[in-house]
Amino acid sequence: MMLIECPHCGPRAQEEFTYERTRDSVVQLDDAPEVAMATLYARTNPRGEENEIWRHTLGCRGWLELRRDRMSHAIVAVRALGRAVLP
Amino acid sequence: MSGETARFTFDGKSYTAQAGQTLAAALLANGVAVVARSFKYHRPRGIMAAGVEEPSALVTVGEGGRAEPNTRATDVFVYDGLVARSQNAWPSLAFDVGAVNGLAARLIPAGFYYKTFFGPPRRWMVYERFIRKAAGLGPAPQEADPDAFDHRAAFCDVLVVGAGPAGLAAALAATQAGQRVVLVEQDSLPGGALLREDARIDGQDGADWAQGTVAAIRAGGGRVLLRATATGYWDGNLVSVVERLAEPGQVPAPGTPVQRLWKVRCGKVLLATGAIERPLAFGGNDRPGVMLAQAVRHYVRRHGVVPGRRAVVATSNDDGYRTAFALADAGAQVLAVLDSRTVLAGPLVERARARFAVLADARPIDTRVAGRRLSRVIAQVGGAETTFAADLLAMSGGFTPVVHLHKQAGGDLAWDAAAQAFLPGTARQAQASIGAAAGGHALDAILAQGWAAGGGGARAFAVDDPLGLGTPAMAAAIPQAVRGKAFVDFQNDVSLGDVDLAWREGYRSVEHLKRYTTLGMGTDQGKTGNMAALARLAQAQGVEIPQAGLTTFRPPYTPTTLGAFAGAAVGDHAGPVRRLRLHAAHEALGAVWQPVGYWFRPRGYPRNGESLGAASLREARMVRESVGMVDVSTLATFEIAGPDAAALLEMACATTIGRLALGRGRYTVMLREDGMVMDDGTAWRLEEQRYLLTSSTGGADRMAQHLSWLRNVVAPDLKASVVNVQEHLGAVALAGPRAAAVLAELIGAAVPAHMRCARAMLAGIEVLVLAASYSGERAFEIYAPGHDMAVVWQALHEAVVAAGGGAYGLDAMDHLRVEKGHVVIGAEVDGRVTPADIGLGGMLRKQGGFVGWQGLQRPALADPAGRRHLVGVAAVDGQALPEGAMLVAREGDVPLGHVTTASPRVAPDPEGLTGGIGLALLTDGASRQGEELLAWSATRGQTVRVRVCEPVFYDREGARYRD
Ligand SMILES: [Zn+2]
Repeated sequence: MMLIECPHCGPRAQEEFTYERTRDSVVQLDDAPEVAMATLYARTNPRGEENEIWRHTLGCRGWLELRRDRMSHAIVAVRALGRAVLP
Repeated sequence: MSGETARFTFDGKSYTAQAGQTLAAALLANGVAVVARSFKYHRPRGIMAAGVEEPSALVTVGEGGRAEPNTRATDVFVYDGLVARSQNAWPSLAFDVGAVNGLAARLIPAGFYYKTFFGPPRRWMVYERFIRKAAGLGPAPQEADPDAFDHRAAFCDVLVVGAGPAGLAAALAATQAGQRVVLVEQDSLPGGALLREDARIDGQDGADWAQGTVAAIRAGGGRVLLRATATGYWDGNLVSVVERLAEPGQVPAPGTPVQRLWKVRCGKVLLATGAIERPLAFGGNDRPGVMLAQAVRHYVRRHGVVPGRRAVVATSNDDGYRTAFALADAGAQVLAVLDSRTVLAGPLVERARARFAVLADARPIDTRVAGRRLSRVIAQVGGAETTFAADLLAMSGGFTPVVHLHKQAGGDLAWDAAAQAFLPGTARQAQASIGAAAGGHALDAILAQGWAAGGGGARAFAVDDPLGLGTPAMAAAIPQAVRGKAFVDFQNDVSLGDVDLAWREGYRSVEHLKRYTTLGMGTDQGKTGNMAALARLAQAQGVEIPQAGLTTFRPPYTPTTLGAFAGAAVGDHAGPVRRLRLHAAHEALGAVWQPVGYWFRPRGYPRNGESLGAASLREARMVRESVGMVDVSTLATFEIAGPDAAALLEMACATTIGRLALGRGRYTVMLREDGMVMDDGTAWRLEEQRYLLTSSTGGADRMAQHLSWLRNVVAPDLKASVVNVQEHLGAVALAGPRAAAVLAELIGAAVPAHMRCARAMLAGIEVLVLAASYSGERAFEIYAPGHDMAVVWQALHEAVVAAGGGAYGLDAMDHLRVEKGHVVIGAEVDGRVTPADIGLGGMLRKQGGFVGWQGLQRPALADPAGRRHLVGVAAVDGQALPEGAMLVAREGDVPLGHVTTASPRVAPDPEGLTGGIGLALLTDGASRQGEELLAWSATRGQTVRVRVCEPVFYDREGARYRD
């Protein structure tokens, strides 16, 4: 049960958060179709650190980007996504 | 022992226990030798261990909903009225038919299940019934658990797991250093090994020292939980602890939960989890009367129970000698100490030689029983065989440090060749192992180590250990030559022979060995026997044990009841119940409720004994003929505002929305990134930079998440805000030919034209009127602040009733929308349909720019041929349609599609058909108009002839909802 440092709320239990997807699988609406489909379906799966998007669903509902080691589960960095005003 | 007694029953027979005794101790005291039958061969089994590692003595404790199957008799403390039953035996423990399996053991060798599962399917079919009856643990109770379970969070600087000497010293030192301390102990008493030894610490009896230390920790502000097992060690230094506030099957104190699951987030964790003794492998080592040596000492010293009168002690290390002394001190006769080592030396051995026959290079190889319990031990001493007429065999094959939590925490193990054991190696989290869990054995060293680990610095404890415990070598765990069935996993009936068989059949990896033989896959997870099997595998491979490998240590450490995981989230508390603001108003009208997500919504309002079906049809006709009103407050509603509000809407919606004129609305669909329809709804331009978006009730959470995702992650630079206003607003839909007149009268103004919106005053409340139709009639959705909804509903209801109408529910709404071919998310839109599949392809923005446009470019989606299309189906023979039925040309064919929604006709069919109608998804449905197919429901045993038609049954031109 990871302890995630929400930039808005401080350290909170993993069960308050929802994993969304890796940062590099976010499709932009002006991507060409082939690029968008590759982004969605041909994902990397690194053995080590990866940028991930999470949401503090059962907390402030803010979005965050974690840099996380997928072997040790160590969270290297956290930053808030979206504008300063919470959704 | 306080002298108090408790009465309990085992298999219906009444017994007495001394206060503080475990069920195992009480059964031994009462001379009950056989308490269980083994899993596979149904061999009679007694009590082997004294703690949670007990593999064999599994019983069901408690009755009715409180019954707890597979409880270790060693891990339940007797209370007055305890009821225990044996398991896995039929018709009785004494005469068990399943024991025939034992005779037929050759027919169920290792890999039997494996081979049967992976063999031809028929084989499993043949064996299944036989196996299900023969193998198995205690059945789960059928009744609901009457007791409460609790969850609690805790935070501490130091969590100490295990209140043996190391843990107690550490917890006391940490408390005195001002740390917030939590100490958890699975036993009912603190002390751990001190409860079975006669050691003295700082001049006190060990057990008394333990009690005093707990009192000092508590006085210093520490929290000490007894009967609390640390079951899992998770990321972020979180440890789950299951605390028993009542024993299995026991009625808890009023207002008290029976168990509490703690989630303890820790600064540092000290694992003082002790070590588990290993059995020796020899023929018949599972017979009642063969016990672990430390367990024997535990029963003698702690519970005052001597498990046999004529004992043989078989050991591979010095510790076994202490059991010989304990037995002799308690009046039992020790026939011999069989020591597998060839050279014996040291103070313990010398003391023993003065009292017993101590035999070197000696080991048991087989046993005999009389009346199901041990009667003879056949031993090999040097090259010769000797038989002892013993009723108790205490065995010690060395010790396995309890490294489960260390491993769960991501730590490495280090092989200690001298101890022939895996010890905790590098830790990955803020934790350390101390005491016997770290390979310690000398009491003074263990205490000093615990004290230092707790932050107390260097300290010497005065230890007066009468046996002068030095450093007993934990001798090799390599099993000896054996005769007959020598078990390594007693619970799953895995013998050395099975390990050998697995090796011969080519299973080299320990993970394969485990799955092939089921080694370590019982509820005890092989706590006692895994090491012996590993040693045997290593022997066969000709490698050291660490090279043979080790299986994974998975939580929970001990079996955990499902109730502990569920906590309070059961029954009515399993999920939230969301009631409509107008719940009482619907109730007053006789609503029949329907759960929709977390909501309870009126399904219909039957009158005068009417059936729900009849009521719904009446309500639907009422809407077609006069006017009806329905509560649609649960629709998802979002206000999207700001300079970029239109841009955000255009991202979410696949249709043209941004250029809506002020005061107008439009139907729209939202797609997933793969191009499939996610939801549908309407968008309205309320002000220059303010829109209202509605979408389906069931998809409300998903849509809120989706809009937030777009707003914050995909396009964080947009100047637009999204506010979920569903909880703020209530809404009533007013529909029917008289709806416009009723509403105009109430608001004293002209009503908006179709797909336009306007603000108005209704019964003194400002409302928003959206002219949209779901039913196909002229209709309005009237939105008002939620807290004003009762007033709005009442005013509307009075007017509607006066106009000859009334309220209608979800079923009527469904009948009406099916006639119009309007899709429902979750029925027609099942996550596999594109807009084109449901006839909305023409609405999409050609230039893209919305979520899903790229996905729709995939060739398989771009070509509609071969896809399932939305169609209408009408029964041709006057029958109702079975919902969910497959559409086939002939029964048994591969289905061409299925009926997504079935409904009765509200309006008469112009061609005179009287049967049911429905919507369906049908392969190439667009080109099958007019075809006849069968709606075939194998599950309902119903087949109805249907004609495929356009998915509109009523007012094809849309004349009725326009002005
Ligand atoms: Zn937060």
